[in-house]
Amino acid sequence: MSVSEPLLRVEDLRVEFPTEDGVVHAVDGITYQVHRGRTLGIVGESGSGKTVSSLTTLGLTRRQGARISGRILFDGKDLVTLPEDELRTIRGNEIAMIFQDPLSSLHPLYKVGRQLTEAVRAHRDVSKAQARERAVELLGLVGIPDPARRVDAYPHEFSGGQRQRAMIAMALANEPKLLIADEPTTALDVTVQAQILALMERLQRELEMAIVIITHDLGVVAEMADDIAVMYAGRIVETASAARLFAAPEHPYTWGLLKSIPRLDAPRDVDLVPIPGTPPSLISPPSGCHFHPRCPYVQPDHTRIDPALEPLADEPSHYAACLLESDVRKRLWGELGAGKTPEEALVEVGLPAPGAPA
Amino acid sequence: MIRYIIRRLLIGIVILVVVCALTFVFFRILPTGNPALLRAGRDPQKRLIKEIEGVLGLNKPLIVQFWDYMKEFFLHFNLGYSYYSQESVRSLIAERLPATLSLTVGAAALWVLGGLSVGIISALRRHSLVDRLSMGGALVLLSVPEFWLGFVFLLLFANDIGKFKILPGAGSYVGLTYDPWKWFTALIMPWIVLAAGSAAIYARLMRSSLGETMREDYIRTARAKGLRERAVIRQGVRAAVNPIITLFGLEVGVLLGGAVLVEAVFNIPGIGVENYKAIQSSDFPVVQGTVLLASSFIILANIVVDIAYAYLDPRVRYS
Repeated sequence: MSVSEPLLRVEDLRVEFPTEDGVVHAVDGITYQVHRGRTLGIVGESGSGKTVSSLTTLGLTRRQGARISGRILFDGKDLVTLPEDELRTIRGNEIAMIFQDPLSSLHPLYKVGRQLTEAVRAHRDVSKAQARERAVELLGLVGIPDPARRVDAYPHEFSGGQRQRAMIAMALANEPKLLIADEPTTALDVTVQAQILALMERLQRELEMAIVIITHDLGVVAEMADDIAVMYAGRIVETASAARLFAAPEHPYTWGLLKSIPRLDAPRDVDLVPIPGTPPSLISPPSGCHFHPRCPYVQPDHTRIDPALEPLADEPSHYAACLLESDVRKRLWGELGAGKTPEEALVEVGLPAPGAPA
Repeated sequence: MIRYIIRRLLIGIVILVVVCALTFVFFRILPTGNPALLRAGRDPQKRLIKEIEGVLGLNKPLIVQFWDYMKEFFLHFNLGYSYYSQESVRSLIAERLPATLSLTVGAAALWVLGGLSVGIISALRRHSLVDRLSMGGALVLLSVPEFWLGFVFLLLFANDIGKFKILPGAGSYVGLTYDPWKWFTALIMPWIVLAAGSAAIYARLMRSSLGETMREDYIRTARAKGLRERAVIRQGVRAAVNPIITLFGLEVGVLLGGAVLVEAVFNIPGIGVENYKAIQSSDFPVVQGTVLLASSFIILANIVVDIAYAYLDPRVRYS
C-alpha cells in the first residue's frame, strides 16, 4: 500500500434517521480522509452531524434504524457494507473511540480493570491474568499513578481527568490504527484538558495512530489537528490544513466561529461576535445555502442555489462551499481582520447589505 | 457496615414494639374485642365473664398487659397461648411457617426467573410481536384476582375436580421432609398462581429498566469496544436489576407473613390462613403473634435489601 493512500476515506456519506416528525438528515453527503499518524479535526456546533458521522464509522448508528449511504473505506474495507460480525472485530481493535462524558461512558458497577480487560479479551485470545497485566500496563501508560492498585477501583473513585485517561487506556488496549475522540475534553477542567490533549499527542507519536478529533472548540483543534473540516447542518462547509484554515478562512461560518472565540493576541477592545440565530432543522433544512438564514453576507440568489464544496483556485487542498466569489471572500476576511463589522465589510467590497433591494 | 446493621436492627426492634402496641390497642377498641365475652357462651352471667377475664389476664390495665406481653416476648421468646386451643403461639407459628416458607420461596424463584426473562426479551425486541404478546399477557395476569386464578387452575388441573387430572388439588400439601415429591407436586399450582401477578410486574419493570440502561453511554462504550452483543446485553441487565432488587426484598418479606388468599384456595396450612382464622375468632395472642412475625419479616427484608444494595452498587456506602 502506497504512503499516500489514506487510512480512512469517507466518500459522500449520508446518514438519515426516519422519525415521526420526518426524516432527519443528520449527515448529508460528507467526504474526508485521514492519513496514518495524522490528526483531522472536525469542528461544528451541536447537531451539525459530527458525532453521528463518527458513530457511523464504527457501525454504531446501524441499530438506531439509520439509513446509511456512501462509502467509508478503512484499510481497503467498506465499513458501510461490512457485515456486523466483521465490523465488530474492527471496533475497539483497529478503530477505537472515546467519548465526551467519561463518567457516563464507563459502566458504574464494574471495576475499571474489568472494563479494560474485557476490551483486551474481546479481540485477543489471552488469559484473564495476562489481560489484567495489560490493563495495569495501560493505566500506567496513560499516567494513572499506582496502576496496580487503581486497576481495582470503580469509575466513581477516579477523578474526571483520570476517568478520561482510563477511557483512553481502554481505547488503546489493542493499539488501534485510528482513534476517534468525540469531544474528549469538553467535560473536563481547562488544566486537565491540556493534560489529556498532551497525552493523546504523545500516544499518537508512540503508536503512530491516526486521530479524528471531534469538537466545537477551535482551541482544541488548533492544538491538535493537522487538517480541519468545518461542519454545518450535516455537511462539510470548509476544509483545509489547520495552518491555512486559521490564517485564511474562506467560509462565513468559519469566520463566525473564529470571531466568537477570545484571542489573547488581539487588542482588548475587539468585541466577540456571536453567530446570530440557531442551528437549522435537519428535517427541513433551509433552501439554497443551508447557512443563508444566519449569514451576514447573504445575497439574493443564495436562498435558491445550493453551493458545492469546491477547491480554491490558489490552493487546491483548501475547499469551501460558499456562493461568494473567492476574491470577494478574501477581501471580506481582510476587512474583518482590520476590525470592521460585517456590515461595514460589505460596504467596503461593494456588495449590498442583506435585505437591501438588489 | 457492622455498626450500620446493628443500628438498623435496633430501629427494627423499636418498630416491632410500636407495631405490637398498635395491634394491642386496635384489638381492644373493636366492638367484638372482648375475648372473654366470646368464650363465655350464650347469655353468660357477669360473674363468668369476670372469671374468664381474670384467667386471661384481661382485667389488668392495658398498659400492664402490654408490659407483661413484651416481657414474656423479649425474655423468653414466649408469644402467649391461644385463647381457644391453649396451644403455645410460638409452636403454632413454628408448625405453620414451613408451609408459608415453601410457598413463598418457590413462587419467588418462579416469578423472578419468569418475569425477568420475559422482561429482558421484551426490552430487547421492543414493539415486536413477542413484546406485545408478553406485555398484553402481563396486563391480564396483573388484573386477575389470584383467588380466581387459583380456582381456575384447580378446575383445570386438580386430580379431584379438574378437567385434566394431572396435579394434586387443594389440601394435598405435605411437609418437605415427609415426602419431597408430594410436597413439590402439591405446590406446583400454588406457586404458579402466587407468582403470576408478581411475574407480570417484574416483566414490565425489567422491560422499562433495561430499555433505559441499554440507551446509556456505557452501553455505547461496550459496543465501541467490540464486545459481542450478548456481553453488551449482560452489562445492561446488570445495571437494570438493581432497582428491582428493592421491590423483590419487600415483596418476599410481605409474603413470608402469609399469603392468605393462595393458602386459603389451596388449603395450605400456612401463617396467612392461621392469622385470618385468629382474627375471625378474636384469638388475640395468635393475631398478635402472626402480626409480629409478619412485621419482623418486613423489617428484616428491608435491612437485607439495603445490605444487598451496598454489594450490588459500589457507589452506595452506609455509615
